[in-house]
Amino acid sequence: MTAVSFLEGGLDANRALPGDGLDWLKKRRDKGAEKFGALGLPTPKLESWKYTRLRPLDDNTYTPVLDGAGDASVKDLPSVGDVAGRLVFVNGKLREDLSDVSDLPEGVRFGPLDEILKDDPAWAEAHLGVVAQDADQAMLALNDAMMDSGFVLHVQKGVVLRKPVEVVMVGGMTDQPVAYFPRNLIVIEPNAQATLVKHHVGRGVGAYFANAATEIDVADGAIFKNYKVQAESMQATHVSTTHARVGRDATFESFNLSIGGLLSRSEAWITLAGEGAHCGFNGAYMMRGNEHCDNTSYIDMAVPNTTCKQVYKGVLDDAARAVFQGKIHVARDAQKADGRMLNKTLLLSNEAEIDTKPELEIYADDVQCAHGATTGQLDQTALFYLRSRGIPEALARNMLVQSFLGDALDEITDAHVREVFMDRVVHWLPAHCYLAGEWKESA
Amino acid sequence: MLEIKDLHATVQGKEILKGVNLIIEPGEVHAIMGPNGSGKSTLSYVLAGRDGYEVTGGRIIYEGEDLTELDPEERAAKGIFLAFQYPVEIPGVPNSTFLNEAVNAVRRYRGEDELDKIQFVKMLRAKTKELNMSDEMLKRAVNVGFSGGEKKRNEVLQMAVLEPKLSILDETDSGLDIDALKIVSDGVNALRAPDRSSLVITHYQRLLDYIVPDKVHVLARGRIQKTGGKELALELEKNGYADYAGEEAA
Ligand SMILES: Nc1ncnc2c1ncn2[C@@H]1O[C@H](COP(=O)(O)OP(=O)(O)OP(=O)(O)O)[C@@H](O)[C@H]1O
Ligand SMILES: [Mg+2]
Repeated sequence: MTAVSFLEGGLDANRALPGDGLDWLKKRRDKGAEKFGALGLPTPKLESWKYTRLRPLDDNTYTPVLDGAGDASVKDLPSVGDVAGRLVFVNGKLREDLSDVSDLPEGVRFGPLDEILKDDPAWAEAHLGVVAQDADQAMLALNDAMMDSGFVLHVQKGVVLRKPVEVVMVGGMTDQPVAYFPRNLIVIEPNAQATLVKHHVGRGVGAYFANAATEIDVADGAIFKNYKVQAESMQATHVSTTHARVGRDATFESFNLSIGGLLSRSEAWITLAGEGAHCGFNGAYMMRGNEHCDNTSYIDMAVPNTTCKQVYKGVLDDAARAVFQGKIHVARDAQKADGRMLNKTLLLSNEAEIDTKPELEIYADDVQCAHGATTGQLDQTALFYLRSRGIPEALARNMLVQSFLGDALDEITDAHVREVFMDRVVHWLPAHCYLAGEWKESA
Repeated sequence: MLEIKDLHATVQGKEILKGVNLIIEPGEVHAIMGPNGSGKSTLSYVLAGRDGYEVTGGRIIYEGEDLTELDPEERAAKGIFLAFQYPVEIPGVPNSTFLNEAVNAVRRYRGEDELDKIQFVKMLRAKTKELNMSDEMLKRAVNVGFSGGEKKRNEVLQMAVLEPKLSILDETDSGLDIDALKIVSDGVNALRAPDRSSLVITHYQRLLDYIVPDKVHVLARGRIQKTGGKELALELEKNGYADYAGEEAA
């Protein structure tokens, strides 16, 4: 099959994957394989893939990671600090020695997918593939076919998780290109609350291809905050497809900080399914070299009285490219919808490029919606002003970049995570960066 | 302190300064007056080293050193300060952070120890109080949402904090109410010392009642057309610039 030339062993490799004894899962895998066989990898001929081509998959053959993650030492993994639980995956496989879920509160399940498939297959069957269903998403179909592990976060009715839970996904460190397919399942039951921080990092040398799928069910009255830092390596291809459903009076907040990865595509499909649902869907991207970063989202305001706010800001240096495609869809009877979308990009070099496509598709008549996109360069007058006060050019540039991204990061409602993310932003900035002040003051 | 010799400068290919000569001795305050568009701000930007303001002839000697090749931050570190005619808004950067960065950058450049947070805040509070500014303005983003007069005061605060040797004030008095004018003038006068100098650009004779200049220059058509004492400002107030309109030097 030509469609899977990038995968050693093709889609048949999936027979060795977890849950092989489960009939329903086998059917799902087979269906995914069939669908992907028919669709093949997305090409720029598809409207939603017009600006992003999965070129590394043309150039490499990746071996699916089928067995354990090995015990290679991985040090200095990122963390937000005090967490309720932490799972570390290396090339898609859980590393128990680096994980700690021994202290989870009552009513919270947080573990690898393969474990839940083993321990509670009925629950898994009832939830897996419910929110994430789409007929034409090749990358989701590929994940359906190949899902290896990934994590499950399940918070029961009314349970409030005070500390965040954390997932670290490490890629790389292999002699030959590897592929892995995390499948993540998040179920936040009615009136429950949880915060998740995901770190994606690349280590060592070696190309890798991560094709993740995440499904999120934020039930009525629940609050779920989903924070992601993508700091993949310069040889990484990172594709993630997220489907989320937000119930009545529920809040789903998401922030995607993309600071590294040769090629990344984060695609999200969010349905505001219950009245009073709110979604804050935000992010920041900082790319350099020849990195390519694509954020594509579709937010469906399906019922009356929902709100959504989207702020994406990015900084591109060298020959980096970014794509922002955002669509807010307001259904015919979704009156009083309030939807806002903003994308702003700062180009630090003449070779950097952004393709931005914010769209509103409104079928209701009583709505408040707005969208906008701007692209610009560093404000030379501001740069001169800072320099005229003695601030060296490199630092002045960093200050302006940081302040530019600041109002995207201000959308992060968890103050501690916001600080940690701002710190990552500062570390992305070129050297000689020195900041004496406290940026918190601006918040 | 400062010696400008036959300075020619162009902006976007257009010659604005056409042979400026000016000498400021240590401890002196000089005022520059002149019609709109005569090149006053251009001169101030050239002195501060702004990109795009190209020196095409002549020299600027500051404390015995030719400035023309130096970056703006180096000039600042050497003690040159420009209070902008139109202070720039910088969203997202708190005023206090900005001032802290500036002070420490200049100190690093001079090989001095940086001020720690406590020392800095103490110093800043004192200066803020002298200028009758609220602490709240320190927390806000640099100049964002400041009124015209507040922006000008903020320029003087920066000057007070950086303690420059050569202060260039480009119409810092415009837009100030009478009380603010007094406060700002006090701020400038507080820096008067035998080893510090100021160049005050203004349209109003009134400012010079507060900041009494040693010399007054008329800049018109890209050159200093006349130099005199304080009484020259009074004369200009009465007669305007008609005497200097002359024909455009081609
Ligand atoms: N970036 C620029 N491009 C083109 N012309 C410019 C530019 N900057 C300044 N000039 C021109 O240079 C001349 C001098 O301007 P400048 O701002 O120095 O005047 P000024 O004496 O400060 O006037 P004012 O009293 O109004 O502040 C003006 O004719 C102005 O239009
Ligand atoms: Mg001017």
